[in-house]
Amino acid sequence: MTQLAFRAPPIIPAAEELREDVRAFLATELRGRSAVARAESWTGFDADFSRKMGERGWLGMTWPKQYGGHERSAFERYVVIEEMLAAGAPVAAHWIGDRQSGPTLLKFGNEAQKQAILPGIAAGRLTFCIGMSEPDAGSDLAATRTRAERTGDGWRITGTKVWTTNAHRAHFMILFCRTSGKPGDRQEGMSQLLVDLKNTSGITIKPIIDLAGAHHLNEVHFDGAVVPHDALLGEEGEGWHQVMSELAFERSGPERFLSSFQLLVELIGVLQGSESDTARGAVARLTAHLLVLRRLSRSVAGMLEAGENPALHAAIVKDQGALFEQSIPEIARAIYDAEPDANSTNAFDAVLANMLLNAPSWSLRGGTREILRGIIARGLGLR
Amino acid sequence: MSDDISTMLVDATSRLFADQLDEQVIRRGRGGEWLGHAWAAIEEMGLPLAMVGEETGGLGIAPVNAMELIRTVGRHAVPLPIAETMVANHALAAAGLPLADGPAAIVPSGVRFADGRASGIARRVPWGADVSTLVIENDGKLIRLTNGWSVEGRASNIGGMRRDTLWIDAEAQSVASIASPSLLLAGATTRALLMSGAIFKALDLTIGYVNERTQFGRTLGKFQVVQHELAKVAGHAASSAAAADLAGDAYAGSGDPAVAVAAARLRIAEAVGETVSICQQMHGAIGFTREHSLHLYTTALLGWRDEYGGQRHWEDVLGRAALAAGPDDFWQFICAA
Repeated sequence: MTQLAFRAPPIIPAAEELREDVRAFLATELRGRSAVARAESWTGFDADFSRKMGERGWLGMTWPKQYGGHERSAFERYVVIEEMLAAGAPVAAHWIGDRQSGPTLLKFGNEAQKQAILPGIAAGRLTFCIGMSEPDAGSDLAATRTRAERTGDGWRITGTKVWTTNAHRAHFMILFCRTSGKPGDRQEGMSQLLVDLKNTSGITIKPIIDLAGAHHLNEVHFDGAVVPHDALLGEEGEGWHQVMSELAFERSGPERFLSSFQLLVELIGVLQGSESDTARGAVARLTAHLLVLRRLSRSVAGMLEAGENPALHAAIVKDQGALFEQSIPEIARAIYDAEPDANSTNAFDAVLANMLLNAPSWSLRGGTREILRGIIARGLGLR
Repeated sequence: MSDDISTMLVDATSRLFADQLDEQVIRRGRGGEWLGHAWAAIEEMGLPLAMVGEETGGLGIAPVNAMELIRTVGRHAVPLPIAETMVANHALAAAGLPLADGPAAIVPSGVRFADGRASGIARRVPWGADVSTLVIENDGKLIRLTNGWSVEGRASNIGGMRRDTLWIDAEAQSVASIASPSLLLAGATTRALLMSGAIFKALDLTIGYVNERTQFGRTLGKFQVVQHELAKVAGHAASSAAAADLAGDAYAGSGDPAVAVAAARLRIAEAVGETVSICQQMHGAIGFTREHSLHLYTTALLGWRDEYGGQRHWEDVLGRAALAAGPDDFWQFICAA
């Protein structure tokens, strides 16, 4: 069972020193931020906050200095991220760029792309979105139908992306699309394109309102939009492999178990001083899960820092993390009577409503529970 | 000692168990028999001294590496007090007392020490009728006994591991202040590690079984519903391993391990319930027989789960600590644990 071993996370003194700086910054910046706003977790959008993060050097932390990065360890970055999420900071404006699009550009982008884009992400000035899902291609990404044809002017894009987080606010999209072959070719013939959403005509972005009534998701329609030839990211036809290599980074971070942390904090607030065994038992159970998940997640961070590709471990963290996040609203309502109400002036009621309505997304985004369990089963030697 | 040497020791231990403890022997032990030959080999290898420093006659492995040996004991579900003797010696060495003479048991509570005498009833003592040293905790004191007790009754836990009742009335000559985590925390840490080892064994057996057993013209492992059930067990197994590591690190560290041990016990308790249920289910009727070896691990898990502190106890420890941190300091509490 060695393939399921999670090594002890390393202890990095520099990361713990940094933690104090981050906490001091957040104490000032988030003063007066309501519980409901904190509960937005990584969907809270505030461009000014992201710029301040950039000024502190807390974005693009692990990237080379020549691209605006800070050449710090993955663990220092981990500390910054978990402190942001635990405090309920509005990280959405830089989140996708810092976590996913930046690293993709760093790995697969050409020199001009890297120089043009990465410093903007690291400064907290550029917002990214990712064009992956389509009406007929959700978990089955290989069914992607959006096409880009190579023409004399550049890549001419036709198709529709859906559930695209922050497309309406993003400067760029990294688009996953077909550049050759036909849908039956599955993983072959896919590529990634860097699309300038603010300066390209032929793109229509429409809101998709989610279960909580919020607008984060969008439908993005490409009607013959043309992007330059050099918008190709990485190799033509290698899009599938490029996308798959990102997933371990996306599946094991603290955002995979802290989505409903704010409700746990509110719960501890209303139960503090309680002498009830039921209350203690419920808080104990959630605390136990949280401590163990944090250890698993930090262990994967150590493997990533060591240059490994712990895809199986990351899938386990995400699966376990989503179960934990989704259990919090269920347990909270079971031990503290409250009617969930997003507009209540009572923080517990409002946060509970927010969590109940957002919880279904936690085992969908970034790989559904069913996909993850398939990956885990394959890792165990089944199938 | 380096990690490499610790890995070698774990490998050597696995080989020793394979040589000395084949399934027939394990079954005899689980039926209540004292496995004297196996214990002699284990003692010769020095395992009971794994958590004792070289300066006091031990192997000099870092305690955190010795934890791996306890996990190996759990993986093989060995019916001998190896883990108990390891932590007994660890506590004795820390307190400056002589090490155990032969197999030992720890008695975290129930025995009073007053006027130079230790007296009381020690219940559910692992292999109490066969151990030759008792290490007792009472009111901050550690008491080492090598005689002065009688066996009141012989019993076993649900996994067929002996848990005897001892009547103790002894003049205590080896007494010192306890200088390591409490014996309850020591025992609880051993149970976390043993369970994490046996959970992996149950998972391994089940993977092997579903990849071999054919029904409806395919191996069970090809059914998606079976795959997803085992993916759930894998999540519990990984979480249990991390939880046991958390407890082991805290036990071997310098601070109070109570929070980490409580968290480990609660997380693993949940994992045991799910793991036993799913692994038994996947084995079908075949796994519901004593003939099949799965029960050696699933019943061991069910026994260890409630030893050295039950569910309510650990919920109380962790729940109080988390609520005492309060909403403003809860995250700091998590990071510090």
